[in-house]
Amino acid sequence: MNEEAITLTPQQLIRKRAAGEPVEPGGPPQSQQHIINVLVENSMGALIRVVNMFSARGFNLDSVTVGVTEDSTISRMCIVTRGNDRVISQIIRQLNRLVDTIAVYDVTGTDFVERELCMIKVRCTGAKRSEVLQINEIFRGRVVDVTPDILALEIVGPTRKVDAFVNLMRTHGIEEVARSGRVAMQRALQPAGSEI
Amino acid sequence: MSSTSTAAAVAETPQRLRGRDAVQQYIGKKMSGAEIFLHALEAEDARVVFGHPGGAVIHVYDEMARVKPNFQHVLVRHEQGGTHAAEGYAKATGQVGTVLVTSGPGATNTVTGIADAFMDSVPIVVFTGQVPMPLIGNDAFQETDTLGVTRSITKHNYLVRSPDDIPRIVHEAYHLARTGRPGPVVVDLPKDVLMAEGVFQFDDEIHMRGYSVPDECDEIRLHRAVRMIEKSQRPLLYVGGGTINSNAAEVLTEFAHHLNIPVTTSLHGLGAFPEDDPLSLGMLGMHGMWWANQAVQHADLIIAVGARFDDRVTGMVDRWAPHAAIIHIEIDKSCISKNIYADLAFNADVKSVLEQLRPLVKPKKVKRWLNNIQDWRDECPLTYADDGELRPQYVLEKLRAKSGGDAVVCTDVGQNQMWAAQYLKFTQPRTHITSGGLGTMGFSLPAALGAGFGLRAYGIDKTVISINGDGGFMMNAQELAVAAAHGIPLKVVIMNNNFLGMVRQWQELFHENRFSHTDLTDTNPDFVQLARASRCAALRAERPDQVDEVIEKAWKINDRPVVMEFRVVKEEMVFPMVPAGKSSDEMITSRHAPETFV
Ligand SMILES: Cc1ncc(C[n+]2csc(CCOP(=O)(O)OP(=O)(O)O)c2C)c(N)n1
Ligand SMILES: [Mg+2]
Repeated sequence: MNEEAITLTPQQLIRKRAAGEPVEPGGPPQSQQHIINVLVENSMGALIRVVNMFSARGFNLDSVTVGVTEDSTISRMCIVTRGNDRVISQIIRQLNRLVDTIAVYDVTGTDFVERELCMIKVRCTGAKRSEVLQINEIFRGRVVDVTPDILALEIVGPTRKVDAFVNLMRTHGIEEVARSGRVAMQRALQPAGSEI
Repeated sequence: MSSTSTAAAVAETPQRLRGRDAVQQYIGKKMSGAEIFLHALEAEDARVVFGHPGGAVIHVYDEMARVKPNFQHVLVRHEQGGTHAAEGYAKATGQVGTVLVTSGPGATNTVTGIADAFMDSVPIVVFTGQVPMPLIGNDAFQETDTLGVTRSITKHNYLVRSPDDIPRIVHEAYHLARTGRPGPVVVDLPKDVLMAEGVFQFDDEIHMRGYSVPDECDEIRLHRAVRMIEKSQRPLLYVGGGTINSNAAEVLTEFAHHLNIPVTTSLHGLGAFPEDDPLSLGMLGMHGMWWANQAVQHADLIIAVGARFDDRVTGMVDRWAPHAAIIHIEIDKSCISKNIYADLAFNADVKSVLEQLRPLVKPKKVKRWLNNIQDWRDECPLTYADDGELRPQYVLEKLRAKSGGDAVVCTDVGQNQMWAAQYLKFTQPRTHITSGGLGTMGFSLPAALGAGFGLRAYGIDKTVISINGDGGFMMNAQELAVAAAHGIPLKVVIMNNNFLGMVRQWQELFHENRFSHTDLTDTNPDFVQLARASRCAALRAERPDQVDEVIEKAWKINDRPVVMEFRVVKEEMVFPMVPAGKSSDEMITSRHAPETFV
């Protein structure tokens, strides 16, 4: 295996490194999660084209959120995807290639804030119920609905926090989970970010 | 317009100037959506429309009879033929091709042609009828979700919701099809929108904030390119169809001559650089010249010009051009570093980059490199047996001699296509038209029909030759009668090997001679009778000594198409060949040397 690695020409090494591919065969795949914001025309066609592109070209799509921006003719999509450098740059280029795409920002690696909203129904009564409420308090969650044996909670935060909360609740008997998917925004004082 | 013009001059003339003036008289007038649509086509100077009527577009056809717009409508006999005709029209003239069909089956019949145009960057606009807006989604008669079906095979697509929007959308559609990396655009026209009354308006400006044509060519990039070229000792130009789309063939040729760099082209690049030039290596890739692939594998610099490193060019990407730094000039950013990493990229128009680079670079002294290439040429030349049998390569050489290279050649898919690419020695842009990306059998004949109409509409005087296999010819043979009806004097060649030859070749090489369902002997028609029944002249040759006579006779017929059937040897193979997925230095060069020639 290593023999083949040694026979790579300098030019082949350059290509592999640029693609973010392992230089040695069998090396770890260098796939990373990326959060990409896409501004598109506010129309159903634009939205479908973006999502369709991911499936047509076999790219990963971990989550998508979409909503209108300060300009009612523009929607912002926040896309969470994975891939090595070559794949991510392909994704960004294919997004830009769509006629309805106005701008594409890869916020990964910039200074940004991200949030996800999660609503969760937990079956709990008696002592268990106060335990659930306590955890909810720690996570700064809110109770949005109560019945004698079900608590419906809402929590907002970075995806890691939401993951942790959902995992804790598993032991208490989750009835239903609804997650919004991530939205991300670059911090103030930065211009729109590096447009690609 | 002069009576004859050159293809290059036509391709560089903005299409809409005449059109825009023609429609001034209608501006502000009330009329039906269907009539607005006709004037919108006039505004784009769509000179020929390939179409087929049906319920959803019956009002358009009705207004066509009443208004008599200034374009020619050609009734094709299958909508797929219509889309390929529009492609042939576009490729031969450099202008946008136009198709008009009805909803449902009319629209779905265009899908293959749209996909073909998408893969091969051909500017066409396809107008599809649609059921009335209130019925959309109800599974109405002849309803298809045309936007959904064509979404991933179009550069963009539209549903028109109001007659007033028609001129803007038509204008955007032509703009998108033509500019940047060209491609197909679909415009879906609901019947009630065509029937409703609206006002004709025309605004020449394009307002599309999400769309612009890139121009990443700056001092820094240019100087890096100069350094890379200066440093190289074994430079090579790899030229693709984008060069022809950019009308840059002449500039490229001058560039290559000035630098003294050899040139190899992809299938779609054929014609961008004269193949009779000493610097031309011909085509590279799967069925390319052995020496061209050798040059790739030994080059230390490859300048890729309007090309996309298709897998039929590269074979196994990891082992392609292992020593070469890459400069990539390409209008579509998504093609840059997609298959092969570009050390330096110009995401810009090919012609403009070459024009800016040309004065900055000095001629290269690469005698040793050129000598190496000459040795490779001598080592493994392109050959075929001369044994008294009728072989397709011989026919092609005779056709080349007759046309002198001054003909537009449309080829089909399969062995016939590869032999044509190897033997016809193209010397001018827009003279080689084929289905490369999608590989659509049945492309050649309708594309030639469209090319014939295009040349006629723009006063370009050139013979149109359609090369076909016996398999592919049958896939759109219905369009013969259309060419006959309009007196388009196509020279239609059928290389009849009574086989799906290219599949047969793979079966022989890789599937132990199990010729599963590729023998056409029992299902081929009598092509001469078929041609005559379609009101065409027809000739046949079965022996090499009949070829000249058939060609001479065919070239004398100028009022209708002539079909030439050549009964060629069925076992003939296309060599050399890089087996699919193998590296470019593993070429099979003959049946008797299946051990690879490294
Ligand atoms: C529409 C379509 N169907 C199937 C194929 C697969 N295919 C590629 S080449 C080929 C054989 C073509 O036979 P023929 O037209 O006789 O040409 P030849 O190779 O014999 O010159 C086939 C079936 C294709 N390219 N297009
Ligand atoms: Mg055949």
